[in-house]
Amino acid sequence: MPKSQPLIELREVTKSYDSPEGRTTPLKEVSAVIPPESVIALMGPSGTGKSTLFRLLNRLEDPDHGSITYKGKPLSEWDPILLRREVHYVFQSAVLFPKTVADNLNYPLKLQGKSMSEEEMARLLERVGLSKSYLTRSIEKLSGGEKQRVHLARSLSLNPHVLLLDEPTASLDPESTERIEQEMRCYREKGHTVLWITHQPEQARRIADQVWHLESGHLRQEEMKR
Amino acid sequence: MTWTATVTTLGFILISMFVSLWLRLKLERDLIIGTIRATIQLISIGYVLHFIFTSNHWYWIGLVLLVMITVASQNAAARGKGIPWIFCRIFLTIFIVAGFTLLMMLFLHLIQAKPQVLIPISGMIVGNSMVVSSLVLNQMRQQAEQMREDILVALSLGATSRQASMRLTREAIRSGTIPIVDSLKTVGLVQLPGMMTGLIIAGTNPIEAVRYQLLIMFSFTASATLTSILMGLFVYPTLFNRAHQFIGWRGKTDK
Ligand SMILES: Nc1ncnc2c1ncn2[C@@H]1O[C@H](COP(=O)(O)OP(=O)(O)OP(=O)(O)O)[C@@H](O)[C@H]1O
Ligand SMILES: [Mg+2]
Repeated sequence: MPKSQPLIELREVTKSYDSPEGRTTPLKEVSAVIPPESVIALMGPSGTGKSTLFRLLNRLEDPDHGSITYKGKPLSEWDPILLRREVHYVFQSAVLFPKTVADNLNYPLKLQGKSMSEEEMARLLERVGLSKSYLTRSIEKLSGGEKQRVHLARSLSLNPHVLLLDEPTASLDPESTERIEQEMRCYREKGHTVLWITHQPEQARRIADQVWHLESGHLRQEEMKR
Repeated sequence: MTWTATVTTLGFILISMFVSLWLRLKLERDLIIGTIRATIQLISIGYVLHFIFTSNHWYWIGLVLLVMITVASQNAAARGKGIPWIFCRIFLTIFIVAGFTLLMMLFLHLIQAKPQVLIPISGMIVGNSMVVSSLVLNQMRQQAEQMREDILVALSLGATSRQASMRLTREAIRSGTIPIVDSLKTVGLVQLPGMMTGLIIAGTNPIEAVRYQLLIMFSFTASATLTSILMGLFVYPTLFNRAHQFIGWRGKTDK
């Protein structure tokens, strides 16, 4: 695919939610283009709709108005299951399934009737800065930061073309954070695209080619000089 | 029992009436209505059964079964208000379960194919299936809220709606079968089941009565399991749409 062609394109995307307290509209006619092989940092105050945007891209929900295309084809024309493995959303909170770390790393492939060797799993853990000994650990005994990294490693097993990260380093120390940032830079070098929600401007500056600011439903884009 | 004896049993109601008046419980109205309704309902079903037993036609038995399943489904459907076609989903479940259980009993020559046996036994099976359906629906509603995030994460990892709701469905099926399995452990120690007691009073040898009771309890276990599984399978798809998006419990959450 030529580099000039957008990988993902949003056209006037609107999404609102009705609740007993009234209607909130996190996204108002948002238009944007995601170029291939880029890292985009998504910023904005709490509750503005950053996670909502990711749910739309991952097609866990559909927009009320507007359209989103991936590789030139509207999301609704993709098989949702295949799309979610390719344009993959790593949730904000680390949700792990019973019982062990290995069970979790194996889960996405098990869904497809495949399985993963121990070496491959160890390799995944290494990419997020955890040792092989974690494989047999029960998920109940992991710390918050360990959980978050297992959660990310599990998603990496899908090798998604587009990775949507929702504050992946929120509960990590600076060293582990640096490790994940490095890993994601490598990931982009391999031809993938990463969208990264962060609340830290310095982190955005370190990782991103573009910074998107989402505020009261509108998106403002800022190119980063490299 | 003679009719005079039956009328005399009203004395028990008078005791409650007296207590209610004495302590100003204001239960008299409900007591009177309840007594009249119980009397009319039971006497009419008595006559209906009497009529069916003497006419001995198959289509009457079928009709009684259909009425029982309809009433049971309507009752259980109250737990799933808002879910599309919930009545039909429950009706189909109970219909299959009752049909399967009765056919098995007949096929294995466990019961005689006469209305005096078929109608009471199917009544018990349908009633049991109704209670289990309600339990499963209740559990699914709770789990759909509790496991919301788990389900979304599973979907985001490329699970189909069936795979993503596997744990939810399994929990619901478990909760539908636990009560009957528990009662298998305590029956005879804590309580004597109504049917067995009735048979013994009517003069059946206790050993014979126990054999019937075991038949009922074992078939209840099978039918509760089958009901839970069918309800699980029929209801989980309503939590998702065609694009494998989770829309959650559609019913009203009150109650
Ligand atoms: N299913 C829903 N029903 C109703 N309102 C919702 C739903 N999902 C999100 N919202 C609302 O939409 C708004 C945006 O939510 P979102 O989770 O996208 O925010 P966010 O930018 O990710 O915030 P944070 O930085 O705190 O994670 C919030 O006001 C939230 O309450
Ligand atoms: Mg968020």
